[in-house]
Amino acid sequence: MSATLNRVGLPRDAYKGAATTLCAGCGHNSITNHMIKALYELGVEPHMLAKMSGIGCSSKTPAYFVESAHGFNGVHGRMPALTTGAQMANRRLIMLGVSGDGDTASIGLGQFMHMIRRNIDCTYIIEDNGTYGLTKGQFSATADLGSVQKKGAVNTFQPIDPCAVALTLGCSFVARSFSGDGKQVVPLIKAAIAHRGTAVLDIISPCVTFNDHDGSTKSYSWVKDHEESIADVSFIPFFEEVHVDYEPGTVRDVQLHDGSHILLKKLGEDHDPKDRRAALRVIEEGRAAGHLVTGLLYVDPDSVDFATTEQIPATALKDLSEDDLRLTPEQFGQFMSEFA
Amino acid sequence: MTDPIINDLTIQAATVNGSGSQTANLVLTRAIFKMGIPVAPKNVFPSNIEGLPTWYQLRVTPEGHMARSDRVDILVAFNAATWREDLRTVRPGGVVIHEESYSTADARTDVIYYGVPFSKLAKAKIPSETLRKQLANMIYVGVVAGVLGIPWEALEHGVRRQFLSKPKAVQVNLDAIKVGLDHWQDNFSKQDAYRLEPMTGAVEGKVLVEGNQAAALGALMGGVTVAAWYPITPSSSLCEYLIAYADRFRIDPKTGEKRIAVVQAEDELAAVGMAIGAAWAGARAMTSTSGPGISLMAEFAGLAYYAEVPVVIFDIQRIGPSTGLPTRTSQADLAFAYTLSHGDTKHLVLLPGTVEECYEFGRDAFDYADRFQTPVFVLSDLDLGMNLWMTPAFQYPEKPFDRGKVLSKEDLERLAGEWGRYQDVDGDGVTYRTLPGTDHPAAGYFTRGSGHDEHARYTENAEAYARNMDRLNRKFETARKAMPAPVVDESAKSAVGLVAFGSTHVAVVEARQRLAESGRTVDYMRIRALPLSPEVAEFVRRHERVYIIEQNRDGQMFDLIRLALPSDLIDRVHSIRHYDGQPIPADAIIEPLMETEAVPV
Repeated sequence: MSATLNRVGLPRDAYKGAATTLCAGCGHNSITNHMIKALYELGVEPHMLAKMSGIGCSSKTPAYFVESAHGFNGVHGRMPALTTGAQMANRRLIMLGVSGDGDTASIGLGQFMHMIRRNIDCTYIIEDNGTYGLTKGQFSATADLGSVQKKGAVNTFQPIDPCAVALTLGCSFVARSFSGDGKQVVPLIKAAIAHRGTAVLDIISPCVTFNDHDGSTKSYSWVKDHEESIADVSFIPFFEEVHVDYEPGTVRDVQLHDGSHILLKKLGEDHDPKDRRAALRVIEEGRAAGHLVTGLLYVDPDSVDFATTEQIPATALKDLSEDDLRLTPEQFGQFMSEFA
Repeated sequence: MTDPIINDLTIQAATVNGSGSQTANLVLTRAIFKMGIPVAPKNVFPSNIEGLPTWYQLRVTPEGHMARSDRVDILVAFNAATWREDLRTVRPGGVVIHEESYSTADARTDVIYYGVPFSKLAKAKIPSETLRKQLANMIYVGVVAGVLGIPWEALEHGVRRQFLSKPKAVQVNLDAIKVGLDHWQDNFSKQDAYRLEPMTGAVEGKVLVEGNQAAALGALMGGVTVAAWYPITPSSSLCEYLIAYADRFRIDPKTGEKRIAVVQAEDELAAVGMAIGAAWAGARAMTSTSGPGISLMAEFAGLAYYAEVPVVIFDIQRIGPSTGLPTRTSQADLAFAYTLSHGDTKHLVLLPGTVEECYEFGRDAFDYADRFQTPVFVLSDLDLGMNLWMTPAFQYPEKPFDRGKVLSKEDLERLAGEWGRYQDVDGDGVTYRTLPGTDHPAAGYFTRGSGHDEHARYTENAEAYARNMDRLNRKFETARKAMPAPVVDESAKSAVGLVAFGSTHVAVVEARQRLAESGRTVDYMRIRALPLSPEVAEFVRRHERVYIIEQNRDGQMFDLIRLALPSDLIDRVHSIRHYDGQPIPADAIIEPLMETEAVPV
C-alpha cells in the first residue's frame, strides 16, 4: 500500500524526526506528533522550514520532527534572536520556534517580548509544564501561585502568563492549548504557521516526571478537569475550499493574508478573536474562576510583519552578489573624494 | 623674538561639551588640512550630553605624525571650570588664547596671553540669539586663524566642507569666524613664534576619515547584508554610518527594497544572536559593540565557535573594567575577546592599526568568517574609531567575496546526498555547510551548541567530542596561516625590536623616528591578527631585546607572546604599557625604553 502524499508530494513519514529521548508520556512528545501532522497536512516544504529552539526539554524536540529540515538548537532563552536573524536573512523561510516555560518566561522573557514587539514572522510554541525538567523539578515562572512541587514545596510567586504578556505587547496571534487536545492543537499550529507575524502558542504540556502530581496546576488530571475551550477551532488552508455546513451565527470565519481560513465554532459565550481587550478579559476571568482557558485568544489577520515593515528583499540575502552589494568603482571613487 | 616655529604645533581647545565646539574644531582641522599641512586631531570628550569639560587636540606636524602629543603649544581656553588646570598644560613660550574675563593674575608668566572678550563679541556681533552659543566657538576659529595666519580661502573651505549637508549655515559661520579674525587684527600684534604656511607634497591624495566610517565602508564593500547592534560608545557611530551609507548605496532603484537588513536590538545578547541567526541562514552578518557588550556576547560567541557559524563582531574598545571610562581609549579587550566564552573557545581576531586597515579588515572579516565558519573579531578602539585620521584614499577591492565551503543543491546532487556537516574532507579542519532553503532532501542538518558528531547528530561520546575539538584546533591552525601577516621593518638591523598592534602603531612610528634622530635605530613588527603568526617568534629570535608596546595595564599581548615563545626566548621580551585612557604618545614608548636600554640586561 502506498502512503498518501500531501500537496508537495511527500508522505507523512517525511515529517518525522529522530526518536525522542524525552520521558515516556511527556506532553512534549504529543506536541511533536501534532507538529508532524500539521506540517504534513499543510504541505510545508521541509527545505524551507527552519526549526529553532533554545535550551531545555522542549528545545530538544525540533530534532524529533522533519529530520530533513534545518534546525538550530541555540542557547538558553535566546531562540528569538536567532530566529529574528534567520528571518532577516531569508524571509521566505518558515520559522518554527519551540521553547519552554523556563526558556521563554524566565531567561528569555526579554527576547520573547522584543520578538513580539518587532512582529517577526514566526510560530513560537511554548511547551509549558511549569517546571524545570532537565535540572530535576524546580519551579518555573509560569507555575501558578500556590501550586505544589513534587517534593512538597509551595510556589509563593505570581505566575507569568505568556499569553497575557503577548497580548499586552500587541502580539498579532495569541493562543493557548493543551498537549492532550490534538483536535485543538493541530489547527492552531496550522493557523500560526499561516499567520504573518509572531504567533504565540502556549501549550500546557505536563511533565510526567516532575509535575504531574496532586497540587500541580500543570498535571494531566488538573488540565483535563479545568480546561475551558472558548471555541472549537478548525483550519482551512488556502489550497482547500471552505465548506459551509454550519448554522448561521454559530461560527466565526477569520480569513488570513494567504487566503486560508480559521473557523471558530462558538461553545459558550461568544468571543471575538479580533478583540484584544476581550482576550485579556477572558484570560483574567478564567483565572478567577479557576479555569484554564484554551483556544484562539486573539488574531490580527492584517498584521504587518517585520520583514515587510523593513522592506527586506524577497530574495534570500545569501543570493545577493558583489554586483548587488558593492559600490561600483565609480561610486567608490566619488565617495572617497567626499572625504577629502 | 625667537625663530619662527612653522607647521609644527599642537592646538588644544578646552571647551564645554554640547556647546558646538566640535564643529568649530573640525572647521579648523579642515582649514589647516586644506593648506596642505598634515593634521592629527584627537577629541577628548566626557561621557555626558552637555555641560562637562571637553578637549580637542589638533596636532600639526610637517612629518605627518598622527600620535597624540603631551605638549600643548596653543591653548584655546573656553571653559572657566578647567581654566587653571588647562593653563598648566601649555609648554613654556606657548600661546594662551582665553576668554578675557578669565583672570591671569598670579598666573604663569612664561606663556603669551591673548585675552579675547568672546562673550561680549558674541553678544554684540552675532544677532541670532538661538545660534549665539554655537557660533561663539567659531569666533575662536577666527582668532586662531589670525594668530597662525590661516588664509581666508582655507577657512572658507573648512566651513563649506563641514556644512556640506547644510549649505545655509555656511555664511553665518563664516561671519562668526570673521568676527574673531577682525578682532585679532584690530587689537593684537603677534608676540609668539608659531606660524602655519601652506605645504605641498604632504597631503595630496589623502583624505580625513574616522575609523568607524572606514569600518562601515569596509563592511559595506565586504557585502554585509545583516547588521544587528545595540548603541554603545564608542561603537555606535559604526552602525550609524553603515545605516547612512546603506540608505545611499543599498536601495534597489527599481523596487525600493533595501539590500541590507539592519536592526537595533534590545541588548548585545540579542544583537549578536541575530547576527549569528542571520549568518546561519546565509547572510553576511555583523554586530558592533564595545567592552560591556563583548561581555554580554560571551555565551553566543561560544555557540558560534562550537556550532561553526560565521559572524563578524566589531569591538571598538574603550577603557576599564565594568563601565570604566566610556569615552576613553584602550586595547584591553584583547585577551578577553580572543578566548571569549567558556570551555575551550578561541577566536580569530583582526587588529587594524590604521583607518585604512579598519576599511580593509572590516571588509575582509566577512571572508575570514565565511572561510573558517567562525566568529571574527575586529578590534578597533575609540582613538582609531572616533577620531579623524589622515589616510591615503582606500582601494577598491580586487577580489570577489569568499563565501567559503558551502554546498549547493547541485553539489549535493553530485555527492548523492552523502556529506557530513562536521566531516573534515579536506584535512584542513574546515568542513562543508549548507544553508537553509537549499532544495535538496539531504541539505538539512541540526545545528547545536551541544556535543555533536561529524553528521551533526547529538552525542555524548567521549571520542567523538575530543575528535571534534581536535578538528576545531586543526581549523584554527589553518586560519593562523591565512590571517594578515605581521608587518615587519628590520631596516634598522638593530638588536632592539619593538612589537605593537592597533592604534599604538602611530606612536611607535613617531618613537622610532625620534630614536633614529638620536642615533638609536630600532626594528619594528606590527601584529595584525590573532592567533599569532609564527613570524612573531622568529622576530624575537632575531633580536636581543624586544619591547611589546600596548595600551592596557596587564600586558595582554606581552602575555600571549610569551606563551607562544620557546622557553629560550622568553627572557628577551619586555613590556611597555600605557593605560590612562588617553591615546599613547611617543614619549610613553621612548622614556621606558631608554630607561631599560640604559641598563643593559
